[in-house]
Amino acid sequence: MSLTPEQVKRIAHLARIEVSESEALTTQGHLNGIFELIEQMQAVDTTGVEPMAHAQDVSQRLRPDAVSEADRRAAYQAVAPETEAGLYLVPKVIE
Amino acid sequence: MIDKTLKQLSQALAAKEVSSVELSTLFLDRIERLNPDINAFVTVDREKTLAMAAAADARIAAGTAGPLTGIPIAQKDIFCAEGWRTTCGSKMLADFVAPYDATVIEKMHRDAGLVSLGKTNMDEFAMGSSNETSFFGPVKNPWDRTRVPGGSSGGSAAAIAARLAPAATGTDTGGSIRQPAALCNLTGLKPTYGVVSRYGMIAYASSLDQGGPMGATAEDCALLLNTMAGFDARDSTSLERPAEDYTRSLEQPLAGLRIGLPKEFFAAGCDAGVMAAVQEAINEYRRLGATIVDVSLPNSHLSVPAYYVIAPAEASSNLSRFDGVRYGYRAPDYGNLDDMYMKTRAQGFGEEVKRRILIGTYVLSHGYYDAYYLQAQRIRRLIANDFVDAFKSCDVILGPTSPTTAFKLGEKSADPVQMYLSDIYTIAVNLAGLPGMALPCGFAGGLPVGLQLIGNYFDEARLLNVAHRYQQATDWHQRRPQGIE
Repeated sequence: MSLTPEQVKRIAHLARIEVSESEALTTQGHLNGIFELIEQMQAVDTTGVEPMAHAQDVSQRLRPDAVSEADRRAAYQAVAPETEAGLYLVPKVIE
Repeated sequence: MIDKTLKQLSQALAAKEVSSVELSTLFLDRIERLNPDINAFVTVDREKTLAMAAAADARIAAGTAGPLTGIPIAQKDIFCAEGWRTTCGSKMLADFVAPYDATVIEKMHRDAGLVSLGKTNMDEFAMGSSNETSFFGPVKNPWDRTRVPGGSSGGSAAAIAARLAPAATGTDTGGSIRQPAALCNLTGLKPTYGVVSRYGMIAYASSLDQGGPMGATAEDCALLLNTMAGFDARDSTSLERPAEDYTRSLEQPLAGLRIGLPKEFFAAGCDAGVMAAVQEAINEYRRLGATIVDVSLPNSHLSVPAYYVIAPAEASSNLSRFDGVRYGYRAPDYGNLDDMYMKTRAQGFGEEVKRRILIGTYVLSHGYYDAYYLQAQRIRRLIANDFVDAFKSCDVILGPTSPTTAFKLGEKSADPVQMYLSDIYTIAVNLAGLPGMALPCGFAGGLPVGLQLIGNYFDEARLLNVAHRYQQATDWHQRRPQGIE
C-alpha cells in the first residue's frame, strides 16, 4: 500500500490539520514507511479471532443519575482562548 | 542526602534530621544549577514547592504524616495539577494552567503529602522514544549528554539520574516508563492496566496508557505505587480491587521462582552488549535460586505494527479535543471555523503528533477500518493469548527492555520507523495490559542496560519482589553518572 500526496491531503483535511504541498510530500514519505511496517499484519490469518479492544474484560459501570460535580465554569473558561457571557466564541458559522 | 532512597529520606524526615523545606530546597537548588543543561524540568515553581514542603513539615510535626510525607518528587508534565502549567510537551498547551488535579496528583500530594518539585519534560503528548519531540527541546541523558534519555518520560528519567529529584512519575503507553528507566539506569514500573487512575492524565491512547512510578530502586517504586494506585470512579476503566501494600513481599526469597525467557526476545536484533548484561542477570537469578524456563511469544514481532495502528487510532480521537475552542493554543489569524481548526492544529502540534493523528485518521476511515483497525485488534488478542500461554509455565518473564543503550541525540529522529523499533520489547506488554518493570542490570560501552521483568495481571508485588531481591545482590542501581555532583 502506498499513499499519494492527494490522499495525504484528504486525510489531513479529515483530521483538520492544514498541510502545504511540500509538507504533504514529506509526510507521504514518512507515512508510507510506517505503513510498510504496519503491512506485516496482513500476512497473519486472524479468521475467528475476537478483536481485543481492551486489556481488561470489564463492562462500563453505571452510577446513580445524580449531580456529582460542582459548578466550576468560571475556572474552566478562564483557560479558553475566547469567551463571552459564559459562552465559547468561535468564528460565525451561520451567515 | 541526594543519594538516599525514599525509605532513607522517610527515616531522616521522621527522625527530624532534615525538614521537608530543607530537603526540597536542596533539590530545587540542584535543579537551578543543573537543569539549564539537562532540560529535565519544563516548569519549576519554588514558591509552590516550598509551601507544600512547609505544609508537610507541619503534618510531620503534628504526627499526622504518612510514610512519604515531605519527600519531594517530580511529576511528568502529563498530569494536570491545579495552578501548575501543564504542557504535555506541546505548544498546544504551552500556556495551559490546569484548573483541576489529576487523581494521581491528588493522591500523591494532598493525601500522601509528597512535595512536587515541578513538571518534567516529555515527548509531545507522550509520542516518542527519545524526548526529542518535546516543544521544549530535547532532554540530555546525564550518563552522556550527547545522548537521549529515552522517552516519552525522558524528563522524569533524566531528573532522577541527575539526582534533581529522588523519584518521579511517568506514564507508559508503549514503553514510556521502562525504556527511559533502562537508558538512565533507573527502576520503573508500568502497572497492570486499570490499577492507576487516568483521570487528569492527558490521554494519548486510552486503552494502553498507564501511569506508574520511576525511581532508583524497586523498593522506592513500591512505596510510590502505594500512593498512586487505587480505584477511581472518575476513570471509567479504573478497576475496583481491594487496596494492596506493594511492599508486602519485597523480601520474599526467590527460591523456586520460575523465570520465563521468551525465545523471541533473545533472537537477533538486540545489541551484543545489552544481551551480555541480560545474560549475566539471568545467571544472578540462578544464584538467587530461580529456575529458568524457555517460553515463547510467537506473535510478539507483530506488536509494533499492531501498536502503530491502535495507538494512533485512539490518539486521533483523543487529540480531536485540541481545536482552539475550549483551552490551549489558537492560531492568531484565521478565516472561518474550519480554517481556525486547521491552522490551530497545524501550528499547535509537532511533526510526530501530526503523523500519528494522520495514521489514526486513515486507519479509522471508511474502507480501511477492517483491514487495519480490526486486524490490529485481532492481533492484539493473539499477543495477549501468547502471554496467557507463557504464564502457564513461569511466574515472571525476563528479557531486555530496549534493544540498544541510549542512542545519540538526532540519531533516529529523521526516521520514525527506526525510532519505533526502540520499543520492540515493551509494546506487547501494553497491548496485553500486563505489568512490566525495567531495572538496571549492567553497562555496555559505559551506558546503562535495563533488564525487563513482565508479570501476570496484578502481579506488581511479585515483580517488585523479584526486582528488589536482585537489587540486594547487585549494585548496578547504585551507580551514578559523573558530573552531577
